[in-house]
Amino acid sequence: MTVHTLIALVHDRPGVLHRIVTLLRRRGYNIVSLAVGRSETPGISRLTLAVGVEDATQVVKQLDRLVEVIGIADATHAPTVVRETALIKVHATGETLTSIAEAAVAAGGQVLDFGPDEMIVEITESPERVEQFVGDMRPFGIAELMRTGRLAMMRGKTPRVLEAPNDYRAQADGAPNEEAA
Amino acid sequence: MIDGPVQHDTPIAAPATSERTGAQVLCEALIREGVRVLFGVPGGCIMPFYHAMWEYRDQLRHVLVRHEQGGGHAAEGYARATGKVGVCIGTSGPGATNLVTPIADAWMDGTPLVAITGQVPSHLLGTDAFQETDITGITVPITKHNYLVTNAADIPRVVREAFHIAQTGRPGPVLIDITKDAQQERLVPQWDVPMDLPGYHPATRRAGPQAMQAINEAIATLLEAQRPLVLAGNGVIQAGGTNALKRFAERTGIPVVTTLQGLGAMPHDHPLSLGMPGMHGWVHVNRAIQRCDVLFNIGSRFDDRVTGKASTFAPHARIIHVDIDAAEIGKLVATHIGVVGDARDVLETMTPRMPVQPARYTAWRDEIAALRAEHLPRQHYTRSERTAPLMPQDVFAAFNAVADTRRDWRVVTDVGQHQMWAAQLIDWQRARSHITSGGAGTMGFAVPAAMGAAIADPTHTVWAICGDGGFQMTACELATIRQEGLTNVKVAIVNNGYLGMVRQWQQLFEGRRYSETPLSGPDFALLAQAHGWRGMTVEHAANAESAIREAWAHNGPVLIDFRVEREANVFPMVPAGRAIHDMVHNEAHHEQQTREYHIAQLAARQDRAITRGPAA
Repeated sequence: MTVHTLIALVHDRPGVLHRIVTLLRRRGYNIVSLAVGRSETPGISRLTLAVGVEDATQVVKQLDRLVEVIGIADATHAPTVVRETALIKVHATGETLTSIAEAAVAAGGQVLDFGPDEMIVEITESPERVEQFVGDMRPFGIAELMRTGRLAMMRGKTPRVLEAPNDYRAQADGAPNEEAA
Repeated sequence: MIDGPVQHDTPIAAPATSERTGAQVLCEALIREGVRVLFGVPGGCIMPFYHAMWEYRDQLRHVLVRHEQGGGHAAEGYARATGKVGVCIGTSGPGATNLVTPIADAWMDGTPLVAITGQVPSHLLGTDAFQETDITGITVPITKHNYLVTNAADIPRVVREAFHIAQTGRPGPVLIDITKDAQQERLVPQWDVPMDLPGYHPATRRAGPQAMQAINEAIATLLEAQRPLVLAGNGVIQAGGTNALKRFAERTGIPVVTTLQGLGAMPHDHPLSLGMPGMHGWVHVNRAIQRCDVLFNIGSRFDDRVTGKASTFAPHARIIHVDIDAAEIGKLVATHIGVVGDARDVLETMTPRMPVQPARYTAWRDEIAALRAEHLPRQHYTRSERTAPLMPQDVFAAFNAVADTRRDWRVVTDVGQHQMWAAQLIDWQRARSHITSGGAGTMGFAVPAAMGAAIADPTHTVWAICGDGGFQMTACELATIRQEGLTNVKVAIVNNGYLGMVRQWQQLFEGRRYSETPLSGPDFALLAQAHGWRGMTVEHAANAESAIREAWAHNGPVLIDFRVEREANVFPMVPAGRAIHDMVHNEAHHEQQTREYHIAQLAARQDRAITRGPAA
């Protein structure tokens, strides 16, 4: 199972996420992460959807068919920058406090809050590095973990993301979905 | 035809600048979309709309159905007969949920449908108010799009968008849920509000450069083929492409098979028309698919009832798939060349580029003809001294005897054995003469859909052909048909006292355990008479044709109860999950296959026992 990163522009209206999520649920795909917020255009949101599926061609076409999805692209193999933010509340004693803070800074993160028994550190990095940092924090004892999910942006000119794939040529000898067999 | 073209300048009751209710605006918006007939049932939250409808009754004919499901199917029948958008109405709560089945049906078969439902006042939304149901939430996976309107000012735009979405691209259902307060709100409507659909981009009528490239590849592939085959579906009919299909076939000499929903796209007696493929398709058609080296699918979506086990479908073929919906291409069957486009446009683009060679595939066509002769398409049933004096097949032979001399008819079938017999045995001549619930397989479809088709086009006699099971699901619409004074609806019940298709599977695959399939019914002829219909009963093959003739001639609705052999089966048949060439031809063939299977199992068990040797 590959994790595919999809970027979509959608209307900023009630029910839009419902339609997207219903479609994925119906096909039995698990959402790895979903990040959505307002885009540069008023009334339009941009979202990054990470979904576990072997071949995303079909689900991209079905999502594109939704009236409120304005444009969608599979950015998995496109040149992109990908970032994720994690907030981690770690148990911190007098002995471990310095180690945690140093590890956070070394990983490019920062300490946001010192409490009596715990501290909150933040890291914004590629999902792999965030994953690694979370692993590094586990020995100290993680009390809470909150992640944004990945945010992806294609480098250079955004390709076709606002254009309709009216003309579609299936890949020669493309394999059908597993479910069909 | 009752319906005219869309007229945006139709005169309406109130002057354009005066204030009116959202409900009045809704009526005017529908009239502007060319709507002439509505099928529905009033109720609390849709009452303002019905109140307003009274003022527009000269332009909007409302048909009071007995159940919203019937209204939805009637709107589907209307749409399938004409290609125009059918409109059905229900109130909030149960009125709306009763529409869910026809909406799902329209979704599966790509039928243009707009469903309008009342909703509780906006301040009560989400509070479990009386008759509140989240119908927009419920219908998300079975509509192309849906709307919850809480603001009357949105009505003109929403109605325009809904009709646009319903009938463009792959047609389908759109639901508009309107709160009671939005219907009551007073406003001066703004009609020139543009549609706001930046995310809706159905395939365009004209092929773009990428589609042209794919079309050229498709032509090159077809030119290399030795055994090409066209698979034509509902997309051809919906695109108005039946003549284009015929011209393409006649120019190239490539034989054509038509899916269940594509029946009528090629006249059945055309020399290049082979018939229906799939689970109950003809042996020679399925064999041709398995033998062909290029399969040119135009406007069909490779339903599993057509492909059987998809991985074994058309194993030697390069597959060209033309579909108006990009999401259908490569969904179920590995496709070599996909063309997103309108079936008629693609055919008309391709035909002049194909060489004229009607005789090129003579050897291939002879091969299919030999298969056809060997497997005698219409002889897959057995009549014996034990069978009843009326076989279901006799009913269809009698129908052909009367219908073949006329062109002014449509047949709406329900779901089950009779549906497959009708598909196999009726001489389909024209597009839109065959209307059935294919993808969803909705029992109870035929009677209300026939009503809708009969209203859409009074010049045609519409025969609803049902089983006794499906008929009893929506028989209440007999009363509606009577109340509407329709004379061009006739019902034929192929009555075998069973849920016949399930019984057939139980007979063939479950050791004749007829679990909950026998069913009794009323005397259907008397039931018809109680509704002010003419009712007839036929029990002998000799009387079938005269009964159909009499029903056809009678100036009023007629129901004929054909009491047929109870345990007749639909053959040939591909058991579910098998490859389509692996067909059961008749009962004896099935028994032989079963016997061989058990012998093979036994032999395998003995082999294993010998291999293992005696226990130590």
